Amino acid sequence: MREMIISELSQALDELARGFAHFLPRLIVMLILISVGWVIAYVLRVTLRSILRLIKFDKLSDKAGASQLLTKAALPSATELLSQFVFWVAWLGFILLGVSVLGILGLQDQIARFFLFLPRLFVAIFILFFGMLAASFFSRAALLAAVNANVPSPRVLNLAVRTIIIIFVLSIVFEELGLAQHTMLIAFGIVFGALMLGLAIAFGIGGRDLAQHFLEKRFVREQKDENDDELSPL
Amino acid sequence: MTRLNKGTRGTRRTEIKLAEESFLTDDFLRQLINVGEVDILVGLPTHNNAKTIGSIVQTIQTDILRGFPRERTVIINADGGSRDGTPELVTEVSIDDVRPASNLNALRTLHSISTRYATSPESGVALRTILAAAELLRAKACVVLSPESANIDSEWLSKLLLPIYRDGFDLVTPTYRRHKLEGLLITNLVYPIVRALYGVRIREAYASEFGFSGRFGSQFLGQNVWNDGTDSAGIELRFTLAAITGGYRVCQSFLGDKDHIERRGADLVPALRQTAGALFSALDADFRAWSGVVGSQPVPTTGAEQKLLLESVRVNGKRLREMFSTGVAELDSVFQSILSPSTLAELQRIARLQEEEFHYPAELWVRTVYEFAAAYQKSVISRDHVIQALAPLFRGRVLAFVIENRNASADDVENNIEGLCLEFERLKPYLLQIWKSRE
Repeated sequence: MREMIISELSQALDELARGFAHFLPRLIVMLILISVGWVIAYVLRVTLRSILRLIKFDKLSDKAGASQLLTKAALPSATELLSQFVFWVAWLGFILLGVSVLGILGLQDQIARFFLFLPRLFVAIFILFFGMLAASFFSRAALLAAVNANVPSPRVLNLAVRTIIIIFVLSIVFEELGLAQHTMLIAFGIVFGALMLGLAIAFGIGGRDLAQHFLEKRFVREQKDENDDELSPL
Repeated sequence: MTRLNKGTRGTRRTEIKLAEESFLTDDFLRQLINVGEVDILVGLPTHNNAKTIGSIVQTIQTDILRGFPRERTVIINADGGSRDGTPELVTEVSIDDVRPASNLNALRTLHSISTRYATSPESGVALRTILAAAELLRAKACVVLSPESANIDSEWLSKLLLPIYRDGFDLVTPTYRRHKLEGLLITNLVYPIVRALYGVRIREAYASEFGFSGRFGSQFLGQNVWNDGTDSAGIELRFTLAAITGGYRVCQSFLGDKDHIERRGADLVPALRQTAGALFSALDADFRAWSGVVGSQPVPTTGAEQKLLLESVRVNGKRLREMFSTGVAELDSVFQSILSPSTLAELQRIARLQEEEFHYPAELWVRTVYEFAAAYQKSVISRDHVIQALAPLFRGRVLAFVIENRNASADDVENNIEGLCLEFERLKPYLLQIWKSRE
């Protein structure tokens, strides 16, 4: 009986030792991968930060209006944020690679899915950034055109253009990420439809006087302008 | 590309040039080859000018018969896609129609050539076409006249040509008799900036009529202004500035009344693109040329430097003030990217003033313009948006100028313009400071 216990115990210890001996190199490989990954991620961050500073990415971010959003959210500059993002994505990639070396069942698939998801994440960020840039550019263009044409309430036009573009961009981003595609599509349809309906109602009923005033002003002024002595700027 | 065989050395050179000037049509090149070399070239950029072009060509021919009967002359019409038969009218006007009336005879053939450079008018392409033709024909003196100036006098051609042909100048810009409240973009922005920064007192640096020597035309044609990605709007201004920075001899010639075309308030933004846009763009390229200039010098002028008409005109001051105030209020976020906080605060203060007490001081206007120039150079936002944002502020300046000069005599108006120019000169170090600080 005693011998049997000792035998089982020693067998268990042997198996544990074998398992540990089998696991230790994997653990070491994982630690090496994580360490090397950290170094590579760090180099990537420094390199990317230098490149972004060289191409004055923060200025582009200012133009896109992204810097203002980041400041409001107490986040670092766009250059710093993107560098940090790349650092963490790269390092996380190596950490997951290291974990996959451990051979833990069930994790492999999740890790593979994560790597497949990365390109879509980058594309989504790319779309979001340039979408913000487009929203900022076109809303400003609408504002300037409205002010110079003496259109009433130019900021409403500015806000409408910005909102429509941002909603459109967000719907593309969520579709790219594969997050709640149907929900987003429906939400986009509802928001866009509601916005248009709201504008129509506001202009037709709520803003009846405004519409009347606007149309009168426009047509009456056009007639009056023919007699106005506008100064020639050139 | 068409090659025509002629044995002379000059033709050989022309053939080489033809290969370079590939943007000219083969038909146009054939016509130029048939003309050969000329002494004088008259350029007419047109677009649907059928109403005026016939009489303008006759006026030009009369002036040539009278003043330059021995010179080989050609009229080049660069047309931007007219649909009213303008090019045909240019070539159909015969010098024989002019001779009996004027009792004059030319000793040389007077050629008229028309080419269609595009389906829509582009001043840059039109000027480039005229310059290329001038170089191919080795013209000694050239004049560009705008068919939109309804009252081209029979002496305009001589006044623009003689300083080049006789006195060896390279560029002749016009001065006009204008109403004191007309051309305010010129008197409140273009003239003072060109004077303060480039150091040359040219009243009409952005001119639709001007004369130039063949050598300066060729030099400008070879500059990288045609393919540098910038809009060709305001190319005439770039032309004048190129003459200044290139050290060419520049003078002014008084032409008489400037019978302006009807330009409405809605035309302000395009006008700003052609003037402020072209000027700010040139400042960027010419920084080395203007940054070291101190003070300003007058240029030789034939006739009066500027004459002002004083009759009263109706100005909608209420609308100008309203558009200025609305612009300052609504474009606050845009101005924050362009203007310094102190300038913006001062603009917001005057935007609250009523029309009777409205005052946009010269110093504030100069600071505004300089900060816009620096913002344009650094592209803090889209450059076209910078120019568009200037429009409401310019309206404010117009209102202030109108109030200041409503009952002023010609001398008083001149003194006020002179005061503004001196303010631009005085604050030039401020421009240099913000120009460098933004780098």
